[in-house]
Amino acid sequence: MSSTSDYRKMEESITIDAQPHPEHTELLTLNIGPHHPATHGVLRLIATLEGEVVRDIKPVIGYVHTGIEKTAEQKSYWKVIPVIERMDYLSYYFNAMAFCGAVETLLELEIPPRAQYLRVIHMELNRIMSHLVWLGTSALDLGAMSMFWYCFRERETILDLFEMSSGQRMHTRYFQVGGVFEDIPIGFAAKLQAFLDEMPSRADQYADLLEKNEILLARLRDVCPLDAETLLGLSTTGPLLRAAGVPWDLRKTDPYCSYDHFEFKIPVGTVGDNYDRFRVRHAELYESTKIIQQALDGLPEGPHISDDRKVVLPPRHELATSMEALIHHFKLVTEGFRVPEGEAYYPIESPRGELGCFVRSDGSAKPARVHMRDPSFVNLQTTAPMVRNSYIADLIASLAMIDPVLGGVDR
Amino acid sequence: MAESPGVTNRGRLADVEVGPAEAHAKLVQLKADGFSFLASLHGLDYYPHEPRLGVHYELLNMETAARVAVKTRVSIDDPHIASVTDLWPGADFPERECFDMFGVVFDGHPDLRRILMPEDYEGFPQRRDFPVGGEPVLFTFNEKSYGKNR
Repeated sequence: MSSTSDYRKMEESITIDAQPHPEHTELLTLNIGPHHPATHGVLRLIATLEGEVVRDIKPVIGYVHTGIEKTAEQKSYWKVIPVIERMDYLSYYFNAMAFCGAVETLLELEIPPRAQYLRVIHMELNRIMSHLVWLGTSALDLGAMSMFWYCFRERETILDLFEMSSGQRMHTRYFQVGGVFEDIPIGFAAKLQAFLDEMPSRADQYADLLEKNEILLARLRDVCPLDAETLLGLSTTGPLLRAAGVPWDLRKTDPYCSYDHFEFKIPVGTVGDNYDRFRVRHAELYESTKIIQQALDGLPEGPHISDDRKVVLPPRHELATSMEALIHHFKLVTEGFRVPEGEAYYPIESPRGELGCFVRSDGSAKPARVHMRDPSFVNLQTTAPMVRNSYIADLIASLAMIDPVLGGVDR
Repeated sequence: MAESPGVTNRGRLADVEVGPAEAHAKLVQLKADGFSFLASLHGLDYYPHEPRLGVHYELLNMETAARVAVKTRVSIDDPHIASVTDLWPGADFPERECFDMFGVVFDGHPDLRRILMPEDYEGFPQRRDFPVGGEPVLFTFNEKSYGKNR
């Protein structure tokens, strides 16, 4: 027998059993990344392989660490929002919401209902947008090129809506401490309604394209399951945890920003494999659409931002006539507002799980500490238990289903 | 935390302040009492107040959605605290981040290395007395003179 076929025989004898093969336990250490399209950013993985089977994996992170938390300590509160938005670059509204929520808790500031509803509309649009990017890139990892273009088509519509309400497509700085920057312009509601009418049928189309695809099903079904107990021990939240059957969603369990006004369901999985992770996120597209529809229909009248002049900029037209407004404007722009001493932790449900912002104030106009409990950072710890003793091809699929955003991991 | 109309405290029950030696036992007790989910672990610097470094554990009771924060403080000279990776394996990355940024040493952590900063980095950048500003890299050697000859 030739040496080639001996080698072939050895290769085929390696299976995904929990134990390495006793006869030939020669392990290969393979470096994947940091620059690799399948790592969804600058993530580096050090994989220990036996043949094609991953025996261990270590994520190495920090390649896009930009010290945003340190930067935030040097800026007054309202100037922190733009940098905080750039952490998890696919869920900028959520980053801003977590930070604003923490500061508003410290200020004990009341948010007008219209501002809360506008926040909900934008956050849920952002959730759909983030899931669309995830769906497109994940399908790309699994070999389905056209999904990417379909998903980005709908994403463009959402970004157009963001541009309409705030002037920017990404990192919009739309959420302010006290409410939102501006009321939605004329025509926004009609355009949003057109999107809401279209989105469910688009999501149906994605399902039709992917769910009946034999290759995709083979690569997702029963691949890399992880039970709820392990996930809870690893502090995992979001769609990953819900895929394992735990109906934990902060929008329901701990409502903030008037999420208790809306009717929606929490999609959960059953076995917690990659297919469930895919289905949970896909089902959330419909639920988010429902929430936006209700928020749009029930949008209350009233101010879009709090009228606390010590925190919120006065309306532009008052500056010409009111000395007091001018002084407030000057103080807010030069120094910023001061926040009473204290510490607040404000958790919200981002597309990837619990996004918690911790803010400590020492009484000055700059935060003494800002920390983001980013779900991508915490969820990345599930990589090793998830892909251990599975094929390297399943590693790529699992990584796509974890959906880490490296800007959020490294901050 | 004070409650005021319109501002909910969002299920926050209490902030528990404990010494670094008792923190682990307190967390074991709270975990047994139903606060079984470690939502967040973060460090902070109370400069100029002593002891300077703080470590906060945000615990969550998934039955009642109640939250408890366990707050402990260690000094710069003896920044040791017991690791909670034995209670929650998910404390691995957050503890490494806290070590990386503040220099808090978590005794019993299986792999306490820097996580976000480079492995050979010196200093703990999130401490309040750590200076902000650039540091020399490969292409900044002539940064000051750049553009002067134009």
